[in-house]
Amino acid sequence: MRNNSVTNILLVGVGGQGIIVASEIMADTFLEAGYDVKKSEVHGMAQRGGSVSTHVRFGPKVFSPLIKEGETDILVAFEELEAMRYLHYLGPKPTVILNEQRLNPPSVSLGKDRYPENIADSLSRSAARFKKIAGKDLALRTGDIRTLNIVLLGAVSSFLPVAEAIWTENILRRFPPKAHKANLEAFQLGRKA
Amino acid sequence: MNQKRLVLSGNEAIARGAFESGVKVASAYPGTPSTEILENLSQYREIQAQWAPNEKVALETAMGASFGGARALVVMKHVGVNVAADPLFTLSYTGLRGGLVLVTADDPEMHSSQNEQDNRNYAKFAKVPMLEPSDSQEAKDFTLTAFEISEAFDTPVMLRTTTRVSHSKSIVVQEEPKTPPVRPELVKDPGKFVMLPANARKRHPVVEKRMKDLAAFAETFPGNRIEWGDRKVGIITSGISYQYAKEVYPQASYLKLGMVHPLPAGMIRSLAEKVETLFVVEELDPFIEDQIRAMGIAVKGKEAFPLCGELNPNLAEKGLKGIDALRPNEPIQGLPPRPPILCPGCPHRGIFSILSKLKLFVTGDIGCYTLGFLPPLSAIDTCVCMGASIGHALGLGKALGPEALGKVVAVIGDSTFLHSGITSLLNVVYNKGAVTLIILDNRTTAMTGRQDHPGTGFTLQGDETTQVDLIKLVKALGVKHVKQVNPYRLAETEKVIKREANRSEPSVIISRAPCVLSRRDRSAFGEAYQADPEVCRGCRSCLRIACPAIEWITEEGADREGRKRKGRASIDPSLCNGCSLCAQICKFGAIGEGHAK
Repeated sequence: MRNNSVTNILLVGVGGQGIIVASEIMADTFLEAGYDVKKSEVHGMAQRGGSVSTHVRFGPKVFSPLIKEGETDILVAFEELEAMRYLHYLGPKPTVILNEQRLNPPSVSLGKDRYPENIADSLSRSAARFKKIAGKDLALRTGDIRTLNIVLLGAVSSFLPVAEAIWTENILRRFPPKAHKANLEAFQLGRKA
Repeated sequence: MNQKRLVLSGNEAIARGAFESGVKVASAYPGTPSTEILENLSQYREIQAQWAPNEKVALETAMGASFGGARALVVMKHVGVNVAADPLFTLSYTGLRGGLVLVTADDPEMHSSQNEQDNRNYAKFAKVPMLEPSDSQEAKDFTLTAFEISEAFDTPVMLRTTTRVSHSKSIVVQEEPKTPPVRPELVKDPGKFVMLPANARKRHPVVEKRMKDLAAFAETFPGNRIEWGDRKVGIITSGISYQYAKEVYPQASYLKLGMVHPLPAGMIRSLAEKVETLFVVEELDPFIEDQIRAMGIAVKGKEAFPLCGELNPNLAEKGLKGIDALRPNEPIQGLPPRPPILCPGCPHRGIFSILSKLKLFVTGDIGCYTLGFLPPLSAIDTCVCMGASIGHALGLGKALGPEALGKVVAVIGDSTFLHSGITSLLNVVYNKGAVTLIILDNRTTAMTGRQDHPGTGFTLQGDETTQVDLIKLVKALGVKHVKQVNPYRLAETEKVIKREANRSEPSVIISRAPCVLSRRDRSAFGEAYQADPEVCRGCRSCLRIACPAIEWITEEGADREGRKRKGRASIDPSLCNGCSLCAQICKFGAIGEGHAK
């Protein structure tokens, strides 16, 4: 049994991709849109290039900051292998947004493991709605590769019931003025992708 | 009143609560998941927010502030309380003047810790009350309440968070700061603050009476509340476990505990009498469960929920309802793991590649360098607690005698050495140990996110201060052989390590190079290196330093001279920062400075 009035968003990827900042903008946006919101991730060792996952939940009333396995409504995967690592979190009719980027974990770099193949195919089979994003290319078009997280935020925003102005306002609040132009552009590129 | 709603982490909320409480002095040693509390408090210039070299010193500083009539906050991770336990247990006897709150941030699941001890036991052991928030709003509110309880009952109050409360974010209403009822002044009160046996004997009964008074207070404390629902199932819970239980069983009846020590026996009985089945949902030890059983009440606890690791909504549902989650997809087995790893250009990498090559037994310590344990470096053989590397090396040497000479070294970070390595090194000198200690001096407390310490020359609030001179310090302890090395010069560093490890007297090697993530000491690297596909022989030597920028490309081929190879090394220019270690390791000159990034 689950509380269907809460939306569960899982963001996964690799330390350094800007997942935590993206999830913070998301949480601020849901607050401003009038929802209760909770989010959770673990800091500490995660910043050393390890696997990162952030749970964001919003709705009229949220209890657990963690999503139950099997109940994710929207998966935003910043990296392909990391999407596979959290497949069991997907709900029955999930939206999956996949950034087409492969970052080799140490065992693959060392030639001991192989990077799994056909990730996009198997993800699309598990998803009710599936969207691939060439995040790195889109981010590069803004002139700043670091806007990758905002490209993906733009992509997920098109699936969420929040006015565009609230998103952009919270993005602007997060960055210094000199980074505003690139991040707004990144958001639009992701939203329209 | 000026109110503002924000999404805050538990740690940010505790900092806000401390500010709103009128805290004057706050002290801590960084430790996940507690670190952000002091970092957030440091923004308020009216508060003296400080990093202490260790948790014992932090608590003693807070005690001094409290004895002087100021509100004081002291913050540490769970294992930090072990370090601070000595003053804590007697602080319980003295009581205080200004409110004193000790935050213990526990880490069930050991996301970034060496054990998952349940510090609720400390509250019982030290005979002090403990509050446990279940979200960020409570983290802020309970901080304010904790100061009030502290002053009302003349006791330190522990505020316990867990990683999921410290690092989860939820909505918090901010309010304006209050002026504390007590004011800083010097007041002599030796009967209370001088714990000689004669005085301490008088204070112990005061402590026992205080616990009884607090148990009575717990019955009316608004942070403890019964939420009546379906009478079939009653759930007693606290902290993050409350949120998981509510998530999966919102219709049950609850006793939600905001104070986990002492427990409100009356409230527990009222719930127990009116429900058919009573559960205790708690992470780690059966702390609440055991006390309820001792009251003669039947309860389901650890037979339904695990003793080890953290809970989550799936485990809560399984324990309460006996059902597993419905998952359209099962977890995929055998995926390549992605553990944390030393950063590209990390100054520790050179040292560990040498220790690995020399096959030394390395007694290790707590910090980023503990990652030297991971393959392929595999160069840490012990890691237990802050400062332990030095004692371990001394004990090994004394046990094995001359056989250990040249085979054992201890490694410790600069911050960890200042935390609790100094007395250990003094012991090595005093007891004539043949220990070689490598201090990995990266000028910061790196693992917790680069905090300042007495060796950096800056305080938490960004003021310049006296910087400890490590060379002079270790010499003053009596170490005669002290060498400083640049860990990016492999051959030279290896020579020094070999020579010092074989010395039959105490010696210290200071490996000095700033953390690559340091904001203050931007390293001189810049240009990315490149592996020449025409020259690479595919020998894999460069892979042994575990640099995230070096990748093995499996492809049958040959170098320029036609020598066959099964693959070749390639360097990702977006990750490489030109530290040059791989170029020094490559015997064939295949790696060199490449194109600019």
